[in-house]
Amino acid sequence: MFFRKSPWIIHYDATSCNGCDIEVVASLTPLYDLERFGIINTGNPKHADIFVVTGSVNESSRAVVKNIYDQMPNPKVVVAVGICATSGGIFRECYNVLGGVDKVIPVDVYVPGCAARPESIIDGIIKALDILERRSREFRKTKREARRQERKLRRYHLDD
Amino acid sequence: MGLEGHVETILFLILFPAGISLLLLSIPVKSVRRLIAVIANIALIAGTIHLLYESSGATVRFELESVWIERAMLVLEAALSVYILYMGVRFRRYLVVLFTLLQLGLLIHFETVAAPGIHVVHSLFADNFSIILALIIGIIGSFICLYAIGYIEEYHERHKESEDNRRVFFFLMYLFLSAMFGIVFSNNLKWIYFFWEVTTVCSFLLIKYHEDEESIDSAFSALTMNLLGGLAFAAGISYAGMYAGTLELDRLIADGGAYAVIPAALIAFAGLAKSAQLPFSSWLTKAMVAPTPVSALLHSSTMVKAGVYIIIKVAPALKGTLAAAMLSYLGGLTFLVTSLIAISQSNAKKVLAYSTIGNLGLVVACAGIGTNEAVWSAILLIVFHAVAKSLMFLCVGITEHKLSSKEIENMDFLIMEMPKVSAAMIIGISGMFLAPFGMLISKWATLKAFIDFNPVMAIILAYGSAATLFFWTKWMGKIITIKYGLKNLEKVVSPWEWTTLAVLSFMTIGVCIVFPVLSSALIEPYITEIFGASPSMDRFNIIIIMIIMLGLLTMLPVALMYYAWLDKDYKRVGTYLGGANVDNARFLGSTGAQRTADIRNYYLENFFSEKRLFDYGWVAAVFLVILMLGVVIT
Amino acid sequence: MTPIDYYIHLDSIYLKAAIYIVLAPLLGGLLAGVDRKLSARMQGRIGPPVLQPFYDVLKLFQKEKIIVNKFQNFNVILFFVFMVFTGSLFFLGGDLLLVIFALTLAGVFFALAGFSVNSPSCHVGAERELIQMMSYDPMIILVAVGMYQVTGTFRVDAIALYDEPLILYLPGVFLGYLHVLTIKLRKSPFDLSMSAHAHQELVSGLKTEFSGTTLALIEIGHWYENVLLLGIIYLFFSFNSIVGVAAMLLLYFFEIVIDNTYARFKWELTFKSTWVVTALFGAANIIILYFAMRP
Repeated sequence: MFFRKSPWIIHYDATSCNGCDIEVVASLTPLYDLERFGIINTGNPKHADIFVVTGSVNESSRAVVKNIYDQMPNPKVVVAVGICATSGGIFRECYNVLGGVDKVIPVDVYVPGCAARPESIIDGIIKALDILERRSREFRKTKREARRQERKLRRYHLDD
Repeated sequence: MGLEGHVETILFLILFPAGISLLLLSIPVKSVRRLIAVIANIALIAGTIHLLYESSGATVRFELESVWIERAMLVLEAALSVYILYMGVRFRRYLVVLFTLLQLGLLIHFETVAAPGIHVVHSLFADNFSIILALIIGIIGSFICLYAIGYIEEYHERHKESEDNRRVFFFLMYLFLSAMFGIVFSNNLKWIYFFWEVTTVCSFLLIKYHEDEESIDSAFSALTMNLLGGLAFAAGISYAGMYAGTLELDRLIADGGAYAVIPAALIAFAGLAKSAQLPFSSWLTKAMVAPTPVSALLHSSTMVKAGVYIIIKVAPALKGTLAAAMLSYLGGLTFLVTSLIAISQSNAKKVLAYSTIGNLGLVVACAGIGTNEAVWSAILLIVFHAVAKSLMFLCVGITEHKLSSKEIENMDFLIMEMPKVSAAMIIGISGMFLAPFGMLISKWATLKAFIDFNPVMAIILAYGSAATLFFWTKWMGKIITIKYGLKNLEKVVSPWEWTTLAVLSFMTIGVCIVFPVLSSALIEPYITEIFGASPSMDRFNIIIIMIIMLGLLTMLPVALMYYAWLDKDYKRVGTYLGGANVDNARFLGSTGAQRTADIRNYYLENFFSEKRLFDYGWVAAVFLVILMLGVVIT
Repeated sequence: MTPIDYYIHLDSIYLKAAIYIVLAPLLGGLLAGVDRKLSARMQGRIGPPVLQPFYDVLKLFQKEKIIVNKFQNFNVILFFVFMVFTGSLFFLGGDLLLVIFALTLAGVFFALAGFSVNSPSCHVGAERELIQMMSYDPMIILVAVGMYQVTGTFRVDAIALYDEPLILYLPGVFLGYLHVLTIKLRKSPFDLSMSAHAHQELVSGLKTEFSGTTLALIEIGHWYENVLLLGIIYLFFSFNSIVGVAAMLLLYFFEIVIDNTYARFKWELTFKSTWVVTALFGAANIIILYFAMRP
């Protein structure tokens, strides 16, 4: 319910040229000031709700992206910033590039651009907030369902 | 009021362990020896509790005149001196020879010149303070001897190069118990001196047990410093006999007047040496090479307590003099310096040794201050420290065998490898500094006693207790890290060791819960008897402490059980290692190399290096000791 | 009579403790929110709404429960319980030394929470937390010692009713306390062990491996602690409750200014500077007071 008011992001650079990263960090500066929405850039997946990824994915960063995504607690959303994270960008045909981030993890919002402008990034994150809010409601529902199922199984001794 | 019965219990407590020690020396069958040891321990515990039960609360003194006792002591004294001389010559430690000869000379001179004229009325006594110490010696000492049965078995299996002299070991342990009872119940200064020397020799032989170069060196270091103390003691006795005209401790302190000051200062010097205060601290830290039951019994709960016991006893004679102030500064300095040094030590037994010396420093400081509040906190400190510290030493004894290392850095994940021992260790560490356990209570009382006397002491206590907080929590943190997939190492701990560990853990908690009763029934009457009025802890504060303790005792097991069995609604993830996890402890470093995340504690060697701090402390302490003795002699 | 006076003169200790337990997180959260807003304004930004900390905490309660090992949250729960207990003990007027020792107990549980997880960030954060505790411990005890010297008692209720301004007798102790307050409030330059998010050095330091409800409890526990720390400031100015509250707010603002002005110290400098400040200001004040007050 409060996800819209307090979304915490973790920002990871897969194989970005750092252009989009600089724009993400620029969004946190006083000129654009993401913190007025309550957004904090935590460096720690366990604290984060929104996973902001820049850059395409190759063999070494694939494991890392998966690892960080797995260490985030539900509900979570992924925002792919920049065209490289969306689809591989101009490096798509390179032998080491696997493609966009959605080859590894499910992406919710794509922010195109090379480099993506801070306004687009902010727009993308706000869109992600809607998805996050919806997902948190679903998450609560599924948790309740799972608990009810488990209680039913235990009552009828079907949980071995 | 059972005066007769009283003295019998005391004589039993002094003589019975000595008899047991001879039995243990001579009987060759191990199972018979173990049976005798168990029976002896039960008898000793029963004896001390019986003594507590039959005591009336007031100080009782007993006459015990016997030419045979005097003669026996003289003969044994002579034998001990000859033995020490022989050892000194054989190992070429000439200071030992010098001190022994000087002691002998003093005593022979005294015996021939002054002693015949002095008549000792009360040779033995029992007051609440002695009873408290007797409880410590009887209960904790017995359990440590019980533990030693299991320990020594494993010790010789792991140290096959060391000669198996366990019969001598147990002979010395029980003889030592006997001598300790002698110290706390004797009123005759010559008797105290005799028992004192027996403990010195027992300590020497027990430290030397392993018979390798380091042990022999440490043993002689201890022997030398304690002989120096003994020399001061002998000088004090001679002076007391010749100028104050009495050899009775209580009469000397109460009626000696100006003539009691010099013997009191000299005996306090002996106490300082025995309790390893600065500048004598190095013998205790070196003595940590001894088998752990020795460290637990002698060098933390009993022998060093004899040193501070005698200081507390003679301190009233020094009250108001500069010597008493020097004594309190010496204690405070020792506490601060050793607590700071302990931060930089990674050897577990060394940390325990420095912590012991520090706590004894607090007791000495309280004795120097000499108000009723101070002595009350000193006795509390003695009780709580004896219990918690012996528990710690015994835990370290088990880990040193199972992990083959005394280093704290090797105790990673101990809670997974040895859960029960870790639990005991956590109780022990908490017992040393954490609210609501005993040491916290006594440190609190000490702080209040210090503030009323001198703010500098309060400042020293503030800094020192911050240091103790750091190294104890650091150690506790080291052992509670959780990692799965480790082998359990504690399945082969002997039942002797388990029993002692369990009993001492319960005692650490229990002595804190019953401390209001302990204080009002034993300690406060003693203080009232000496000072006329006794401090006690405010009822409200006692209630708060009990609430904290009960809260901990209920919440901890309940929470543990909840998390272990009931809490199922979770998802397990890895630790955050930058996303490059191979598993929870290993990660892929640069160029794809697998690295392990290895975590060590902070030791702050640049701030608190042992050598530098000890040297400064030593110089300051020597200065204070010279002031203490010099002022007295002029 | 201001509300503070009314609170101090309440007879029932249970009521006092209950008011603290209910109000302190609200006050603490508001203080945290004001802190973030003011910091943002000082940095030329707009900053989050003042109620943001509450939104953060309420969001954290809804997150999925993830753990590294089964027992890591246990220490945090104990930290929280003892922090609430310590604060209640202070505000119902208990013994100041006992409050300090109970605060140490809570702090030790917090450090142990970091140690119980096999993670480098947590461990280094916990070690630094211990360094911080070792740094401020002498000064805090000297605050209690100083107050005892002036008022003759350790009881907080008696000190709060003392009619002379303690600040006049204990200026050095107060300055020393301000120095350690910066450490305890976890403000730059002393936010070594678990900094606020924009200041990271060890990922999130001690609280790296904690999330969801546990993280929320850590946050709320620190709100309780902050209210307690400001309460100690009040004791220095307890002769007039309005001056006391004003001092609390002014000094909190001062801490925010310090936070935004200084970069983080290294832990060696933190430790050294704190012990030196404790000696120069705190210990000197106490010794001077001892000689001045002797008859």
